[in-house]
Amino acid sequence: MVTEHERNPGMRLDLDWVTGTQVNRSAVERRTATLPTRRSVKKTWQAAWLLRAVTCIDLTTLAGDDSPGRVRRLCAKARYPLRPDLLKALGAEALTITTGAVCVYPAMVPYAVEALEGTQIPVASVATGFPTGLTPMPQRIAEIKQAVADGAREIDIVITRHHVLTGNWPALYAEIQQFRAACGNAHMKTILGVGDLATLQQIYRASMVAMMAGADFIKTSTGKEAVNATLENSLVMVRAARDYLERTGYKIGFKPAGGIQTAKQALAWQFLMKEELGNDWLKPDLFRFGASSLLTDLERQLSHYVTGRYAARHHMPMG
Amino acid sequence: MEFNEVFETMAYGPAPESPAAVNQWLDDHQRKFGLFINNTWVTSEGADYYPSHNPATGEKLAETMQAGQLEVNAAVAAARKAYKTWSQTPGVVRARYMYAIARNIQKHHRLLAVLESMDNGKPIRESRDIDVPLLARHFYYHAGWAQLMEKELRDYQSVGVISQIIPWNFPLLMLAWKIAPAIALGNTVVLKPASYTRLSALLFAEVVAESGLPPGVVNVVTGSSKAGSMLVEHPDVDKIAFTGSTDVGRILRRQTAGTGKKISLELGGKSPFLVFDDADLDGAIEGVVDAIWFNQGQVCCAGSRLLVQENIADDFLTRLKARMNKLRVGDPLDKSIDMGAIVHQSQWDTVDEWVKIGAAEGGDVYHAQVDLPKQGCFYPPTLITGLDPAAEIMQEEIFGPVLVSTTFRSPSEAIALANNTRYGLAASVWSDNINLALDVASKIKAGSIWVNSTNLFDAASGFGGYRESGFGREGGEEGLYEYLRPTWQARPQPAEEFDPQSEWGGAIPAHPVLPEGKHSISAPGVDRTPKMYIGGAQKRPDGAYTRAVLDSKGQVIGQVGDGNRKDIRNAVEAAHAAHTAKPGWAMRHGYNRAQILYFIAENLQARADEFVARLRAMTGQTEKTARAEVEKSIDRLFTYAAWADKYGGSVQETTLRGITVGVNGPVGVIGIACPDEYPLLGFISLMAPAIARGNTVVMIPSQKYPLSATDFYQVLDTSDVPGGVVNIVTGDRDHLTKTLMAHEDVDALWYFGTAAGSYHVEHESAVNMKRTWTNYGQPRDWLNDEQSAGHDFLHHATQVKNIWVPTGM
Repeated sequence: MVTEHERNPGMRLDLDWVTGTQVNRSAVERRTATLPTRRSVKKTWQAAWLLRAVTCIDLTTLAGDDSPGRVRRLCAKARYPLRPDLLKALGAEALTITTGAVCVYPAMVPYAVEALEGTQIPVASVATGFPTGLTPMPQRIAEIKQAVADGAREIDIVITRHHVLTGNWPALYAEIQQFRAACGNAHMKTILGVGDLATLQQIYRASMVAMMAGADFIKTSTGKEAVNATLENSLVMVRAARDYLERTGYKIGFKPAGGIQTAKQALAWQFLMKEELGNDWLKPDLFRFGASSLLTDLERQLSHYVTGRYAARHHMPMG
Repeated sequence: MEFNEVFETMAYGPAPESPAAVNQWLDDHQRKFGLFINNTWVTSEGADYYPSHNPATGEKLAETMQAGQLEVNAAVAAARKAYKTWSQTPGVVRARYMYAIARNIQKHHRLLAVLESMDNGKPIRESRDIDVPLLARHFYYHAGWAQLMEKELRDYQSVGVISQIIPWNFPLLMLAWKIAPAIALGNTVVLKPASYTRLSALLFAEVVAESGLPPGVVNVVTGSSKAGSMLVEHPDVDKIAFTGSTDVGRILRRQTAGTGKKISLELGGKSPFLVFDDADLDGAIEGVVDAIWFNQGQVCCAGSRLLVQENIADDFLTRLKARMNKLRVGDPLDKSIDMGAIVHQSQWDTVDEWVKIGAAEGGDVYHAQVDLPKQGCFYPPTLITGLDPAAEIMQEEIFGPVLVSTTFRSPSEAIALANNTRYGLAASVWSDNINLALDVASKIKAGSIWVNSTNLFDAASGFGGYRESGFGREGGEEGLYEYLRPTWQARPQPAEEFDPQSEWGGAIPAHPVLPEGKHSISAPGVDRTPKMYIGGAQKRPDGAYTRAVLDSKGQVIGQVGDGNRKDIRNAVEAAHAAHTAKPGWAMRHGYNRAQILYFIAENLQARADEFVARLRAMTGQTEKTARAEVEKSIDRLFTYAAWADKYGGSVQETTLRGITVGVNGPVGVIGIACPDEYPLLGFISLMAPAIARGNTVVMIPSQKYPLSATDFYQVLDTSDVPGGVVNIVTGDRDHLTKTLMAHEDVDALWYFGTAAGSYHVEHESAVNMKRTWTNYGQPRDWLNDEQSAGHDFLHHATQVKNIWVPTGM
C-alpha cells in the first residue's frame, strides 16, 4: 500500500467523544437515498471512475474450499484485472492497473505472497478468529503475528461484538490496541461486524473507539453477517472518520465489504466518499472495496464503454 | 477532459438528461400554444403571446397565449357545462377517470419531468424523483376519495366551477394539489399557471385529455395577472384556490369578499428550522440542504430561518459552510447537480436585493464557494449569520437559496423565536430527544411540522398554513372540504354590490328610552343591568354608555352595556390570557373541557325556566317554542361536550416510515358575531364547538335580543369555565365586529349577520388573513342539527397541523 499520509497513532480513549454524537437513522437514510441520485458520472468520467474502483478492490476469497490453486488464480486476476484490449482502448496501459490488494485467510497468505511476488500488490489477511472473533486472545494475537510473519502487509481484524453490545468501550479499546501492536508495520483494518451491532449509534461509537485504538482503516463487515455493507452504515462510519480527522488531523481509511457486486453500487460508494470525505478517499490508500464479484461487473461496464455493446460475463477472464 | 486526467482528479463531468423529446413536443406545436379548453387547443385572432424561457440558458422555448375576457368566459362556460354532467357522474366512475389520469402521468413521467426542469430551472433529480411522482400520487390518492365520496362524505356535495391559480415554483405539483381533489369530488376547473412556467400545465392538459377525461372538466388558461383577476371575479365561478404570495392572497380575499365564493389560500412563509444540541448534527446539516437549497429555495415552506442552540452554533455553522461548498450548481438537466437556476432574472434580482439588505443590517453573508455557470440565472447557496429577529430579512420571505440564522438558549426561547413571525406554514425540529421534539412540535404554530426531517410531502397529509400563510389545506381528508359544500346548503349568491369605502359598522352610543304605556303602580324591582363579561368577570362598558333592549312589541325590557372598541380590545386580551394561563385552555385535556361543557349544560338545565321566560319576554314566542330553544341549547352543549375529546385528528397514511399525525388543533382566539334569530341557541351553537376544541372566544350576542347571553354568563360563572375562555361584549353588532375584523391578534371571525356585514368581514379580515366564516345574510335553521350542529362547525373550530415523525433504529 502506498501511504502518502502519516499513519494514525491512535489516542487515549475519550468516552465523552465516543458517546457524545447522535446518529438518527431516518436522517441517515434520507441522505443515502439521495446520494446516488444527486450525482452521476457519464462516458469518459464514468469509465475513469470505474477504473479507479478497480484499483480499490481488495480482491477477496474467504471460503471453506479455498485452496492454493484458487488463491493463485485470484492473484493472477489481481495483477491483470482488465483485459489488455480494454486497457489499451482506454489508453490506460501506462497506469499499471492492479487491484488494491488480495484478501485471504491466514493459512493462504504464503501462497498469495508467492503468487504476487514482483508486484506492489499487498496481501491482506483476515485474522483474530475471523469472522466472529470469539477465539481466545492469545490465539488471536498469534494469528496476526503469523500472518505478518508470512508476508501479509495488511491485517483485517475483527472485534469482539459483545464489547459493543454491552458498551464496554475500555475493553474494546484495549483489545484493538493489542491487535494494532501485534500488526507492527502491517496496516490494520478493523472490521466492526456492523450487522451484529444493532444500531447505527453503536456503529458510530465502535468506529470511534477503533480509531482511537489505532485503526488504519475501519471496515464494515466480514461478509459473513446477515447484513453487510450498506450505504447507511457506511455513511455513519465515514462521518466518524471525518470527525476523527477534524479533531486529530489523522486520515483513516474506509472499507465497505460484503454485497457490493455491481458497478452502479461501486459508484454510489465512490460518491459517498467524495461527498462526505473528499477525493483522497477515492484512492486505495484510504478506500477499498471488500469484494469478489464486483470486478467482473466493472470490467463489463468498461467493455461497454469501449465497444458500445453490452458485454457478456463469460468474456471476462475469471479470477 | 482526458481519461487519464479524470482518473487522476476524480472530477465530476457533465451528465446531461436529453431534452430531445421535449423539443420534439414543442416543435410539433410550432412552439406556440393556445388555451386548452374542452380538451382542444383554442386560439383567438390577434391574441397576444408571451414567451417562455429556459432560465438556465435564456433560450426561448415557446410562446403561449394571453387570455382575455372572452377566452376566460369561454373556459368558465366550458367548465360550467361539463359540471352539469361531471358532478352527477357517480364517484365510482370518476374514480376510473382519476386512475386513468394517474396512470397516464406515470406513462409520460420523463417527458413531464424534463419539460418541468427546462421551463422552471429546477434540477432534473427533483422533477424526476419528487415533483412528478407526487403529481401521480395525488391523482391516485384522490381517485380513492372519488370512489368513497358517496358513502364517506355523504353530508357533502361538490362546489361547482373552480378557478385555480398556481405559482411558478412547483408548476406540476401545485397543479396536482389543486386539480386532483377538485375533480375527484365532482367539481370542474379552470387552471391558470404562472406566467414564468406555463408549459408543463399545457403538456399536462394533453396527458389528461389523452387519458379520456370528458371535455371541460379540466381547462387550462394562460395569461397575465389580469386574466387571473378575471377568473377570480367571474360570477359563474364558485370557488377560488390560490397558491402564491401573501400580498396577492390578500388581494384575492378582498376581491371575493361577500360573493359567497369559497376560497383557499396557500401563501408565504418564513419557516423555522430548529436544531437542538442533542440532534444528529450531520443529519440536520443535510436537513438544511433539503430545507433551503431544494428547488433553489423557491419553496413556500422552505426552512429559511435557522435557529441553532447557542452551545453548538459555532460547530454547526462551520460544518454547514463546509457542506455548502460541496453543493453543485448548474444546468437543471444535469443529473449531477444539487441546485439549478432561479426561475427568472427578476426573481434573481429580488433575492440579491434581500441579501444586500441583510448585509446592510449587519448580517455576515457567506456565499458557497462553488462554481456557477457563466450564463443563466444562477445564485449561489447563501447563509447569513449573526442576525437578530429585528432584522428585516429574519422576518420577510426571500424565496431564494438564502438561509438566515440566529441562536437560542433554551427550548422555550426556541419556540418563542419560531413563533415570532406573521407566517405559520411549516417548521423543522431536530432533536434526538423524542419528548422534547414532540413537545416543541406541538407548540409551534404552523401547518406542517417535520421532526428530524424536512420538506416531506404526501397526498395523504394536508398542507397549509396558520396565520398569514393562508387557510385551507391541500391533501389528506382535511383538504377535501375546500372542494365540498354541506349538502343542505346552496351557494350563497348575495345580489348586492358592496363598496369597501362605504360606511359600515359606525355607531352612535345609545341614550335613555322612555317606557311606553301606563306607569306601573307597584314598587320597582331591584335594578338589574347586565354588564360585559370579560376575563371571567363582569365589567362595566368602557364607554359608560347603555342601550335599551326592546321586546318584539317595542317595549323596553332591559338594558345592556353599549360596547365599544376598547371593550373588544379588552375581551381579546382576556381571550389570549386564557391561552397563556397555566394550563392554557387549549392545553387542557379534552376530558376536562368536556366536563366543563357538561357542567354548563347542567347549570343551564337548572335554570331552564328562567331562560324560557327571558326568551318569551324578548321575542314574544310561545312557551313551547322557547322551551324547545332552551332544550336544544342544552342538547348542543352535550353534543360539543361529546366532541371535546373525539376530534383530535388522525394518523395519516403517508409514504413516510414512521408516524404522520394530523392534529386538529384550535384556531386560537375566535370572534363570533351571533345571529338575532334564536338568541340563546344561536349563541350556544357557535360558542360550544369553538370552546370544545380549545379556542377562546369573544362573543357578540344578538344585538336585538342580548339578554339571554348576558343571563348566560352567570351560568358560565357557576360552571368552572376559566376566565377569558368565553368573553361577551354587548352592543351594536356591526360596530363591534368592525373592531374585531381589523384586530391583528384575532385568528378567526365568524359572522352571522347581514350580506353587507359578511362582505366587510371578509374584506377587512384580510389584514392578517384571519379565517372567516360568514352567512352572507342568509339565516339558517338553528334547531336543525344537520344545518347547525354538523361537522362543518368542528371544521371551522379547528385547523390541522400535520406532524411528521420518521422512525428508525
